[in-house]
Amino acid sequence: MGIAFSSSAPKQSGSPLKSGKIVIALMLPGLLYLGMFFMIPLVSLLVTSVETPDASGAIGMYQYSFDLSSYQHVIVDYAPQIGRSFGFAFVATLIALLISYPLAYFVGIRLRSRPLIQKLTLTLVIAPFFISFLLRTIAWKQIFADDSATMNFIRGLLHLDPSVHFLGTPGAVVWGLVYNFIPFMTLPLYTSLERLDLRYLEAAGDLYASPAAVFRKVTLPLTMPGVISGTLLTFIPITGDYVNASRDFLGGPDTSMIGNMVQADFLQNSDYPSASALSAVLMAVILIIVGVYVKRTGTEDLL
Amino acid sequence: MRKLRLGRLVLPLYSVIALVYLLIPIVYTIAFSFNDSKGRTNTIWQGFTVAKWLDVCARPDICSAVGTSLIISAISTLVATVLGTAMAIALVRYSFRARSLVSLSLFLPMATPEVVMGAGLAGLFFNLGTGYGYTTVILAHIMFCLSFVVVTVKARVQTLDPVLEEAGRDLYANPTAVFWRITFPLLLPGIVSGALLSFALSFDDFIITYFNSGGSVTTFPMYIYIAASKGVPAEANVIASAVFILAIVIVLGTQVASNIRQKRLLAVK
Repeated sequence: MGIAFSSSAPKQSGSPLKSGKIVIALMLPGLLYLGMFFMIPLVSLLVTSVETPDASGAIGMYQYSFDLSSYQHVIVDYAPQIGRSFGFAFVATLIALLISYPLAYFVGIRLRSRPLIQKLTLTLVIAPFFISFLLRTIAWKQIFADDSATMNFIRGLLHLDPSVHFLGTPGAVVWGLVYNFIPFMTLPLYTSLERLDLRYLEAAGDLYASPAAVFRKVTLPLTMPGVISGTLLTFIPITGDYVNASRDFLGGPDTSMIGNMVQADFLQNSDYPSASALSAVLMAVILIIVGVYVKRTGTEDLL
Repeated sequence: MRKLRLGRLVLPLYSVIALVYLLIPIVYTIAFSFNDSKGRTNTIWQGFTVAKWLDVCARPDICSAVGTSLIISAISTLVATVLGTAMAIALVRYSFRARSLVSLSLFLPMATPEVVMGAGLAGLFFNLGTGYGYTTVILAHIMFCLSFVVVTVKARVQTLDPVLEEAGRDLYANPTAVFWRITFPLLLPGIVSGALLSFALSFDDFIITYFNSGGSVTTFPMYIYIAASKGVPAEANVIASAVFILAIVIVLGTQVASNIRQKRLLAVK
């Protein structure tokens, strides 16, 4: 965390326990699991992405080759979906940050003197996690349905034409994305702000820094780890989401994202190479983002 | 002074608005579990009734989907919690060369979009020719829960004072006794929150389940997804609301309990 006073992990060198064997015993099962069901599937995706249709011509059967045409196909034909995925993710992450930072500041700093209220408020922040992801998205769908009271009210308030609708537009998809992933932003921000030593802020104030300057030069830099991990934890799942953008939920004909295409190619069209190539493109972009992050902050802050 | 006071109100007000926004779909979902809706569609308010709560299994497919979800979540949580707790202890307590590599390989699954993990695992099972079913869904769920358990338990291990274990050893407790009598009880709150998080993630997962079920395993989220195009019946809202209320009660209960414990400890001092 880079904050000297936070109680850091006690490193027990010269521990009386035979640490080598114990580490292996504790780590190996989990690591084998990660290798088998995370690393190998990723490699399997890469292998599938360069396969070509089977010589027999059977649908859904592919043979190994080294054919990059699936990549060409997905990058050219799915360019709008790729653009939308990252565009929606960028806008939704920004909105989530703007909503979350003040909220996390209030809960993490202002409510510090009242621990019970602080914890209860934090529970409200994570409450959306406890209600079904699909049902809370359907709730927004019904709230914003074309003939709903909400839409009639908004149309009346803004003197809009009765044909004006929200559902099925990019705005509705972004709205759903912000809502569904906002706890991933608020929680890391809260963790950073809750650990922040207020004496730094007092010191800055004593040195005649204006409240705005204190925030810009002290609070924000010290809580940057929270901002960065919140941004990552929000942005990344959004790029792969397809529930919000699908027509049965908040999306319309022109809102499909990468996930919708992967799902359609994999589960409906049995076009495994295209689905894999598109997944690989998405994963590559994410690995670049994570790589930049790791280079900046190191691996200790990852978990 | 007056200006400052007004300024201090902006943040609480903003936070209250943000919290209301967070709660709207929850209140909506719970409210519509009491809707006297006829048939499948539950979109228009037709009057208050508790009938749906009293007879959830009027739609047997919902109850069986919930049963399926409970079995899958329980097994996945158990395995993920055991594997994850061991890794969390090793990561905090011991320094070893591959530490940063391990941290990275635990972070990556959390940074992988569900659709990529789902397609990757489904592709693996397809290539292995195992077919799809309960086993593939459970294997997938353990995978995405593991990292979250490690993160949660790790935070607890970090707060643990090694002095307590040393004291145990000084009093001639063997390593097994030290672990079960000292380390484990102290870690338990972290392990429980890791398990709860894992259960919640598993119970609510749709995307990865969809890819790895082969259409043969209908979990509760799968049921909702399939029903979404035709209309989700109010009974689904009943289940989701019941799960929500149960989760909130557990979380609030532990918070109030820890608050009381803390106060008592301070009183003793």
